[in-house]
Amino acid sequence: MRRRTFLTGLGALGTATLVGCGSKSDDNGYVADPGALQVYSAQHENLTKAWVEAFTKDTGIKVQIRKGGDSSMGHQLVAEGAESPADVFLTENSPAMTLVERNKLLAPLEEATARQVPADLTPSSKAWTSIAARSTVLVYNPSKLPPTELPKSLMDLAGPEWKDRWGCAPGGADFQAIVAGMLAGQGEQKTKDWLKGLKTNARALQNNIATMKSVNAGEIPCGVIYHYYWYRDQAGTKEGSGNTKLHYFRNQDPGAFVSLSGGAVLAGAKKPDEARKFLQYITSKAGQQVLVDSKSMEYAVGVGVPSAPALPPLATLQAPPVDPFTLSSDQVTTLMTDAGIL
Amino acid sequence: MPAFSETVVRYDEPLADAPAVTGRRSARAPLVVVIGAVLVAALVVAPLFVVFGQALSAGSAEASRLLFRPRTAELLRNTLLLVALTVPLTVFLGCGAAWLVERTTLPGAGVWRALLLMPLAIPAFVSSYAWTSVLPSVQGLGGAVFITTLAYYPFVFLPVAALLRALDQDHLDSARSLGSSGWDAVRRVVLPQLRPAVAGGSLLVALHLLAEFGVLQMMRYPTFTTSILQQFAVGFSNAAGSLLAAVLALLCLGFLTVEVLFRGKTRIARLGPGTGRRPVAHRLGAWTVPTVAGLAVLVGLAVAVPGAIVVRWLARAVSTSAIDAGPLLAATGSSVGLAVLAGLVTTVAALPGAWLLHRYPSRAAIGLERVTYVSSALPGVVIGLALVTLAVQWARPVYQTAALAVAAYAILFLPRAMVSWRSGLAAAPTELIEASRSLGVSGFGTFVRVVLPLVLPSALTGFVLTFLATVTELTATLLLAPTGTETLATAFWSASDELDYVASAPYAAGMIALSVPLTVLLRRQILDQR
Repeated sequence: MRRRTFLTGLGALGTATLVGCGSKSDDNGYVADPGALQVYSAQHENLTKAWVEAFTKDTGIKVQIRKGGDSSMGHQLVAEGAESPADVFLTENSPAMTLVERNKLLAPLEEATARQVPADLTPSSKAWTSIAARSTVLVYNPSKLPPTELPKSLMDLAGPEWKDRWGCAPGGADFQAIVAGMLAGQGEQKTKDWLKGLKTNARALQNNIATMKSVNAGEIPCGVIYHYYWYRDQAGTKEGSGNTKLHYFRNQDPGAFVSLSGGAVLAGAKKPDEARKFLQYITSKAGQQVLVDSKSMEYAVGVGVPSAPALPPLATLQAPPVDPFTLSSDQVTTLMTDAGIL
Repeated sequence: MPAFSETVVRYDEPLADAPAVTGRRSARAPLVVVIGAVLVAALVVAPLFVVFGQALSAGSAEASRLLFRPRTAELLRNTLLLVALTVPLTVFLGCGAAWLVERTTLPGAGVWRALLLMPLAIPAFVSSYAWTSVLPSVQGLGGAVFITTLAYYPFVFLPVAALLRALDQDHLDSARSLGSSGWDAVRRVVLPQLRPAVAGGSLLVALHLLAEFGVLQMMRYPTFTTSILQQFAVGFSNAAGSLLAAVLALLCLGFLTVEVLFRGKTRIARLGPGTGRRPVAHRLGAWTVPTVAGLAVLVGLAVAVPGAIVVRWLARAVSTSAIDAGPLLAATGSSVGLAVLAGLVTTVAALPGAWLLHRYPSRAAIGLERVTYVSSALPGVVIGLALVTLAVQWARPVYQTAALAVAAYAILFLPRAMVSWRSGLAAAPTELIEASRSLGVSGFGTFVRVVLPLVLPSALTGFVLTFLATVTELTATLLLAPTGTETLATAFWSASDELDYVASAPYAAGMIALSVPLTVLLRRQILDQR
């Protein structure tokens, strides 16, 4: 008897679900909302959400976010081609954007939008715009690595004296952007050798946060991450960074690489006007202020918008001059695969 | 075993030992069943074709460069080592616990039965996340074996306990009366009958290990699957990832062959007059206390510790009012909806193949069944990518809809439903169907009136196993869920990826809360064997 009751309930539940699926169109539904702007976003969820909420409040335009990783989402857009449901693409780093650009899937950037970001923070191709920036840093634990012993260059970490003494998250797009920057600035052979050193020397961790926490716990003396994970943790509980400090390489070293997050309108966008408005908004002063207020601790790139006061100004980081348009994700993947890292 | 030829009938080769039933079995299978089974198999195999196609697209020179490199050997070694250590451990724990619960005077056996199944309710990646949060040294191979053994032993425990419970004491007694010693009788009567259950359970464990991602990623133990995911992250569906997936599929084929060889062909359903007798329980006596302590440690490590840690995070989330009810409810709704759909679709899809195999066993039918396993050993992301590729090219309307996600779940979890149907159908012996047919009932009528009532508990088990797996499925869901849909698993994963224990707690608790009642229901699978 009990089983029959259960089965009846199950049947009813199943039917309800099926019916529900057919008619759902609200935010938590099982189908994309055809009335909403479709944003494919590899950017951090909190920042994307903050932008979307402010934009919808301003314009009344509904937005749906599809989450993914930089590289996989870039390739997904390529696989989907002109038929993609996406209207806007936001990345954390630029190589994935370049991938989509090279497949001729981006709509030309509007002049008005381009003007909102300084020219040195945009690609020479002008097919997309940067929407935020992040700097490479070395996070270190002074009790395991005295400041006097800090490496002068990121390239030093491939040397035998650094065996088992540093960590990074080589599987992530963040790190691969750093390698892409190295490839553009130092050439293929130096990058290959460095990756060989990485394979022998470094501990591969899940992501930037895991790397920072490992350094904080003293498991490894130092690690390569992006700056904002550390500043976020410092602004919060300091649970994952209390025992650590940041080392900026500067001097146009590959370790001073500044990665640009990209934003673009897809050529096949179903809602091109709304998409352009969205991109225009997030690079505007108001949109960039949303970034600063979101506590994401990424650098604002909008003209005349100062980043969070805790951060050393972008101009003081002495980043190596790299045209983000030249950064290639595929070549980096091949090099890392050959080095046995991926 | 000549002494038991009356009751032990060859299962896959009816002609050899059971002439009485050859008439019906050699009949042609109904066309609709055959078509159904072939269609399901075709759907299941389609992703494999995509994977192999993509792997071959690299060209042979590029393929061998990608394949024959030290990294591949490293991944192969890691993967095989994990399987070689974990499978025997799960067999030992699963069989040992099943024997204690079903065949001894263990106090509170009913409670233990439920508790021992409880790891099924705690997603393995939640458990590993919980363990590493308090014991960062749970890492690497040791950590991976530790976590997966504790999470997967119920896959052996469940079928073995069900079988031990259903064992007929008469068989043992006959053996004893024919001069076998106690242990000899067990060896000659019980163990052969356990073989299919142990083999099936081990196979499930092994296939799970091949496809496991969350646990191994957190343990920093690279296997084929974690590496495929990494390749996916950098290249979506590139040749390198597909090549690794193809190797994984071949590994899976290897395991399937081993399982067929090991399983044997023992028939389980009782033949002959009279009813079975409940087995006699072994007296634990002085061993009672150590046994209970041992089981308590097992349940403690597998359930209590991760459970307590999740509760602690949850308490902190509540006290800091960090729980946002809206997204949590939405994620729960999506999880339940997708899991119910997946459970129904998968259970129904598994029936034609299982029916064919049971009633009209042939090489072709066995082939169809085996085919369903291969895809299930691939990581969800591989199936997901293949379906994306297929949908983008051939089936645009279902792209980014729940239908595609449910199709992926059905492909991934079909073996669970298949195994369940098979044990159910084994409990509905052909003779009953013969009798029904001989009384003039149609084939369909017989199915509804005779077979269905007998197999329904097993069908329910298949549904529950699929439901549980869907709730905790991660990688295919990330890829295939419609835009805007977040499940408990994906929400937990994003929070855990940021190592935010408090934010992840409500989603972990949600998955556990959904799974516990269903796990208790699985107990019926054991109880209903009688």
